[in-house]
Amino acid sequence: MTTDQALQPAIRVQGIEKSFKDLHVLRGVDFEVPRGGIFALLGSNGAGKTTLVRILSTLLKADAGTATVNGYDVGAEPAGVRGSISLTGQFAAVDDVLTGRENLVLVARLRHLRNHAEIADGLLDSFSLTEAGNRRASTYSGGMRRRLDIAMSLIGNPPVIFLDEPTTGLDPQARLEVWHTVRRLAAQGTTVLLTTQYLDEAEHLADRIAILHQGTIIQNGTLPELKRLLPAATVEYVEKQPSLEDVFLALVGKDS
Amino acid sequence: MTSHLFSDTRVLTGRSLRHILRSPDTLITTAVTPVAMMLLFVYVFGGAINTGSGAPYVNYLLPGILLITISSGVAYTAYRLFLDLQGGIFERFMSMPVARPSVLWAHVLTSLAANFSALAIVVGVALLMGFRTGASVAAWLAVVGILLLFTLALTWIAVIAGLMARTVDGASGFSYPLIFLPFISSAFVPTNSMPGPVAWFAENQPVTSIVDTIRALFAQEAVGAGIWTAMAWLAGILVLAVAAAAAVYRRKVS
Repeated sequence: MTTDQALQPAIRVQGIEKSFKDLHVLRGVDFEVPRGGIFALLGSNGAGKTTLVRILSTLLKADAGTATVNGYDVGAEPAGVRGSISLTGQFAAVDDVLTGRENLVLVARLRHLRNHAEIADGLLDSFSLTEAGNRRASTYSGGMRRRLDIAMSLIGNPPVIFLDEPTTGLDPQARLEVWHTVRRLAAQGTTVLLTTQYLDEAEHLADRIAILHQGTIIQNGTLPELKRLLPAATVEYVEKQPSLEDVFLALVGKDS
Repeated sequence: MTSHLFSDTRVLTGRSLRHILRSPDTLITTAVTPVAMMLLFVYVFGGAINTGSGAPYVNYLLPGILLITISSGVAYTAYRLFLDLQGGIFERFMSMPVARPSVLWAHVLTSLAANFSALAIVVGVALLMGFRTGASVAAWLAVVGILLLFTLALTWIAVIAGLMARTVDGASGFSYPLIFLPFISSAFVPTNSMPGPVAWFAENQPVTSIVDTIRALFAQEAVGAGIWTAMAWLAGILVLAVAAAAAVYRRKVS
């Protein structure tokens, strides 16, 4: 591995194993995530991505192996880990009965921050939710819920953020909004670990990509490194047709 | 982390109280069934029931109705906890530096607030129906204390149900036996009118001692040794329920 940095890595996973009864989901997972930037964990459905994220965010105990997040051991120092991370799961974890604003204030208060009102207003503004801020989250569209969900995760500026399949089930526009947010986060110096089953998502966003397959990491590297695993590219002339996504976004009007 | 136990509990209780204020129908539903039962028993069956005392039947009936109110009310705690677990907000709390017990205590405190609001409605209707008591402030405090213990004990049972349930129906199903228990007790009719084995069960199950104690407190009569039986039942159920809930919770959040 080439992460020979002065700082210790944001995430270090060594020999993590996890089984559910006879199902061996993780069979010895090893990888490191350097500080800053976006790390994509790529894998098909059932590859164990969510299980791994749940272990790293202290929701699940591993059967074997060790993992540290921001220098804290997930098994021995869960409180330290919880203070360093934020988890955005596959399903938007927002309180439907509360308004968007109240959801943000709730998280700010649970993170023991003082200026909840300012934090809530600031995040509503930067996620274009100010107008919807006083509406109950149950009235939000899928994209708005996801934005609120991610906004809640940013409160307290945790140094490490886990995004578990953040764009699954979103329409193309909402997906681009999430991508934009993730890039902005990484630009601020936050380490983002993103799981996805969409190859283009990993290709567009990630600085490093690890492929989780049948319970182990089978490849780990930057996109150019991964591309070099295949035979050198040959030059072919192909007529550039717009993709359906290009057409769709052109027709419905792409904002940002 | 434990230093935030109180502030986290306060914040989370505020959240679930807001849930109740935004769907006040749950409070009304909790109060409507016991009130309907009270109307039915006082104005339909009551005339045929001989309680052996000269007091109006509503005086005899109210303690049991109060317990039924709580038994049906705690189902909402299981329901709300189950929804938190299903919706992902529970996992968000668990991945945050939130004091772990706060998440459950918030639901328990909310249950106390909701059930006592429903109890107030039921007592209000009972007063309109002619319920009268000359109970002293101390006797009222004792009644409130017993109802508080009863609500706490049953709420912790509801917490177990909410944590273990796989479906919404499963989350609230546990309350049906609890609602039924007062029927085989001294809540509606004196136990001496029941056949032998039924009377034996009725006299030795927790509801009878609790109902008899509250009734005696309202009627300004001596509570006798019954209050200690009632307290022993309540304390025993509470301790067991809290221990079981804590064990289930630890397994759940690992």
